[in-house]
Parts: sequence; structure tokens; C-alpha cells
Amino acid sequence: MRMFNGKTERSLQFLFRLSAAALSCAVSPIVSAQIDSAETLLSPNLGTIVEQQEIEALDLIASAESPLPVGSGSAFQGREIYANQCAACHGADGKGGAANQPLVGGNIQSADRPLRTVGSFWPHATTLFDFVRRAMPANAPKSLSDTEVYQVVAYVLYMNGLIDQYKIIDADSLAGIKMPNSDGFIDMSAQ
Amino acid sequence: MTIDKLETAEESVAGNGLLSRRLLLGLGISGTAAALSPNLLAAEASRFNIPSWSKQPGPGPSAYGQPSPFVADIQRDPGRANPLYPGGGASRTPLHALRGTLTPNGLHFERHHAGVPAIDPAEHKLIINGLVDRALAFSYDDLLRYPMVSRIQFLECSGNSGALFGATPPQGTAQSINGLVSCAEWTGIPLSVLLNEAGIDPTARWLSCVGADAASMGRSIPLDKALDDVLVALFQNGEPLRPEQGFPLRLFVPGWEGNVSVKWLTQLKLAREPSQFRDETSKYTDTLADRKSLQFSFPMGVKSIITSPSGKMQLQPGLYQIEGLAWSGAGRIAKVEVSADGGASWAPAHIDAQSGDKSLARFRVPWRYSGAPAQLISRATDSEGKLQPTRDALLAEVGSLAFYHFNAQQCWAVDNKGEVSNAYV
Ligand code: HEC
Repeated sequence: MRMFNGKTERSLQFLFRLSAAALSCAVSPIVSAQIDSAETLLSPNLGTIVEQQEIEALDLIASAESPLPVGSGSAFQGREIYANQCAACHGADGKGGAANQPLVGGNIQSADRPLRTVGSFWPHATTLFDFVRRAMPANAPKSLSDTEVYQVVAYVLYMNGLIDQYKIIDADSLAGIKMPNSDGFIDMSAQ
Repeated sequence: MTIDKLETAEESVAGNGLLSRRLLLGLGISGTAAALSPNLLAAEASRFNIPSWSKQPGPGPSAYGQPSPFVADIQRDPGRANPLYPGGGASRTPLHALRGTLTPNGLHFERHHAGVPAIDPAEHKLIINGLVDRALAFSYDDLLRYPMVSRIQFLECSGNSGALFGATPPQGTAQSINGLVSCAEWTGIPLSVLLNEAGIDPTARWLSCVGADAASMGRSIPLDKALDDVLVALFQNGEPLRPEQGFPLRLFVPGWEGNVSVKWLTQLKLAREPSQFRDETSKYTDTLADRKSLQFSFPMGVKSIITSPSGKMQLQPGLYQIEGLAWSGAGRIAKVEVSADGGASWAPAHIDAQSGDKSLARFRVPWRYSGAPAQLISRATDSEGKLQPTRDALLAEVGSLAFYHFNAQQCWAVDNKGEVSNAYV
């Protein structure tokens, strides 16, 4: 708990102003406008300033803009991790299994309902690193080291025929892989 | 008040038994045919004795109230989990058994990708980083000391009613087909307040939002929306969020597909571009007939569903209220119409509960089921003038490969035996 100090006193003033504004127009759309004007008067500012290094371990976002970690791996190195940690749910060949979530196969142009997988559908290879590091294996998420994630990501790409088994996958080479369906999306938020 | 008086008030307003919505208005009851049936009343008459519970004191006050055991069957349907990953899956709100517009906290629908984390709020942090002047960390206690606003708004999973894209009508209840929608009073801090405290870099356009569950669920939303009406919600219908709704805190993104209202919120990262998370590329995207896929299709379209009579119910000829819920991600519900003859004729429905911005509206039309087959459909129009599409129109627009954002009109068919089933018209 924080001690009461000068800053808190001003915060309470803000508390008062904002609740008065919110009360006077319960469900009206101008609530947010009034919040904004109150906010420019004074904001509680109760957060603690942190340095990026302090939160690095928590920040798992891996994208074109949020750098992937140091490390690398090949499919050849990832084969065993896949067999031990992934195959039970996704099938030995990645084509499905107990999780009913295939990672391999499909063709977006197929006449009947296309199977959407990493190979046939995903627009960005970096998403594979991001997702496996944050969420897989589903029964023990975040149990793999960054190196192991690179290795098993390489193996999933290899099973999809997108790289050969000795290709070294790291931050740069992963971002450089053009996925087959990378042009297949329409950003509706821009419409 | 007698049954006769009610019956003389009936006034037909559209085909196949739809009656004036003035019927029963203001009488303070919303009876079903069963409750009003003269036979039943006669049978009750002999039982007008003092009941046993009026003769002995009941248990005293309790620490946390529970529903009556007589309605203990009003439950979500969590289904059967895959033992390999028991945390995945969804449970649906029993829409057919509820009235009003607020969903009780224990019945709010759930969709988890890696189960419900047991978060100690004293250990939980909300971090804001990326394109900001200063990265900030907030504890739960910090956030509790902020001024908060409350909004009554719906939350709908974009996969709700997705089975209705299928070639043959799925059979089930209003709950099993449409139950991934709920509505609550959400109380929290306008996200704009926290983001502004971190200082927004002028080049930031998107906000990546991450949860503290085992899936570390991530979604990106445009910064414009984040600064508009999004809340960091801490309370749900007046009490701290339920664990399955994100305790201790969640994002609440009004009117948009439920998955972006990230639960167990622990990180907000400002960036120029979306993060292209798995759940905004591989999932929550709809593939069109030309094999292009719609991404970041956030708003939930105008929609209504009939909650009663609905699938698996059994009717007797007589008077019913056709009841349902309507909502729109674009604003308020302006109008709901109901048809009992498969869309040939329509009657305006009475809106029983006021429709607020992006909240559920409850509508009703009295209807006399004659015993002849009927096809019950509702269609809503929102405050933007947008009319809920027919299924054919929706399929013509997005094709049959789509799975998310099904908002078309749905039909409950009543056959001549009074059985209600889901049908395509
Ligand atoms: C215990 C079962 C299980 C194990 C083990 C497992 N997964 Fe998964 N995986 C799942 C489930 C279930 C999903 C779907 C999750 C969801 O719906 O959010 C999934 C989804 C995925 C996806 C996303 C697929 C898509 O198209 O959206 C990828 C990629 C993936 N897993 C890779 C892996 C890798 C690599 C491993 C091994 C390191 C692994 N998984 C181990 C169960 C498992």
C-alpha cells in the first residue's frame, strides 16, 4: 500500500471530479469526453516506472516490430523435441492427432473447404515462434528454452516443406521466410 | 383478472397468430400458456393450503447466496473436455432460461484457450510498454484506487452461432446454438487514462494486449479504439470479476468480438503494427469464397435471437410470449420485428428492456400457437439503420467457408406436435 502524500491528495481531487462527471451523465456518450478533460487536469499516476530490462522476461511478443530473442535452431535439431513434446497431440507427421489441430498440409485454393494450417494459411512465420513460446506444448506451456522453440519451429516449417532440415532458423531468417498465404488477408480494420 | 378478459384483448398483427404487443403490457406479468391455462388453475385450487415452508423457519442468512435448488438445472454447458488439454473449450449461457438483460456472473459464457488461471491479485501486474514515454507497472491495489466508470454492455464470442454456417441446420437449444453471448455491468478504468499516464508516442497505432493465462492470450487492437471506449475492467455486476471472466482484471472492448476483451490482462504494448498473434491470423479470421481471409473484423454485427420458444421446447396450443434478445456492436437496438410465418409477414416487437449502447435489448411479441406449423424468426435493426441479414444474404456476402461473425436471422420451426427445432428458411 502507498502512503498518503502530496501526489495522492491531488489524485483524490481527480477522483472527485471524474465521479461527478460520470454521475451527471450516466450512460451518455459524452462521458468519455468529460473523462478526457478531467484527465488533462490531473491523472492519478499510481503506476511505477519500470525499465524495459526489468520486464523482458514477461514480454513474450515476437513480431516484425518486437524483436525475437537470441538463439537459433534447425529442423534436424527439432525433430526429437517434436517427437517427445508435440507429436502426442499433433500427430507424428503434424497432420492431426489427439488435439484435432493439424499443423501441416492443406491448400487454401482447394475446391472444398480448405484445411487451414501453419503451412497453408499462416501469413507470418514469426507468429509460429510467438505462439509456440507462449502457449505450447499445451500441457506445459513456456517449458521450452528459446533455443528449443527455434528448433521445433524449424521442424514445423520443415514438415510443411517450407525449409530444408539444415536451415538455421533465428530472428533474422525466420522473419525472412515468405509464407505461402502471406498475401491472403484483408485488414478489415482499415476498411 | 380472468383468462376471458385477456383473450378478448387479442388483436392479430401479423400472420400465423402474432398478436398486438399491447397484449399483457402493463399487467406486470409475462405469463406462458402453461401458467395461464384454466385447467391448471382449477387443479391448483384444491391445493390452496398453507404450504409446509410457511410453518417452519428456514435456514438463516448465508455468506454467499446460491440459486434455489428448484432452478439448479439452469446452468452453463461446459461440455466434455479433451483430457489432453482440459483447459480448452467453452461453456454457454442458458439464454432460454433467463429473463431481463443482465447475465448472472456464474452463468456468463466462457471461452478459454488454456483454462482459468488461479491468480493471486497481490502478485498480479499490469505492464504498459512499447511506444510510450515511460513503461509503467500497476498492481491490483494501484488500480483499485483509480476512479472507475460502469457500463452495461454485451460480450459475444465471434464464434457464437457459427454452426449456423453449416449446410444442415444444427439441432440444439438457444443455449447450445447461440449461448456465447452475455451481458453485464462492467466497472473499470478507462484505458485511455492509463495509456496517457504512460505517455503515448505519436507513431503508435496499435495496442497488443496479453493475458496471464497459460495461453498468454494475445490480441492487437487499433489504438483509436483503445482510446475511445475500452475499459480495464475489475468488476462485473458489482463484484470483483469471476476467475473465468479474467480476475483480477480484463480488457473490455465494447461491441467487438469477445476474444479481444483479453482476460487476466497483464501486458499492454503500444506499437506501430499489430503483433499478428496466432489468434488474429490462424483463428478469428474468416475465409471468403475467393480464398482471401478477413482479418481484424472486430465489430459484432446487428443480431437478434428468439430465446423462447426455442429449440427442444415442447408447446401446447395456446398463448405464448415470443421472447428474445437483440444487440449490435454498432450501438443501440432501434427496432425488432418478429415473424411466425417464416418471414412472409412481420410484427413489431415490444422492447421490454431499454436498449443501451452496445447492450442487450429484450423483446417480446404475444403469439397464439394454434397447433398448426409455424416458423418463428426475429430480425433487429440497430441505431445505425442496419438490418440483421437473412442467412442467404449473409452467405452471399461472406460465403460458406466462414465460421465467425454469424449474425443472420435464425428460425425456430414449430411443428404440428408442438416440437421446436432449428430450421433454415
Ligand atoms: C497436450 C496437447 C498438446 C501438445 C503436447 C502440444 N500441443 Fe500444440 N496445440 C494443442 C491444442 C489443443 C491447440 C489449440 C489451442 C487453442 O485452441 O487455443 C494447439 C495449437 C497449436 C498450434 C496452432 C495451430 C493453428 O493452426 O492455430 C501450434 C503451431 C502448435 N500447437 C504447436 C505445438 C508444438 C510445436 C508443440 C510441441 C512443442 C505442441 N504444439 C504441443 C495441443 C497440444
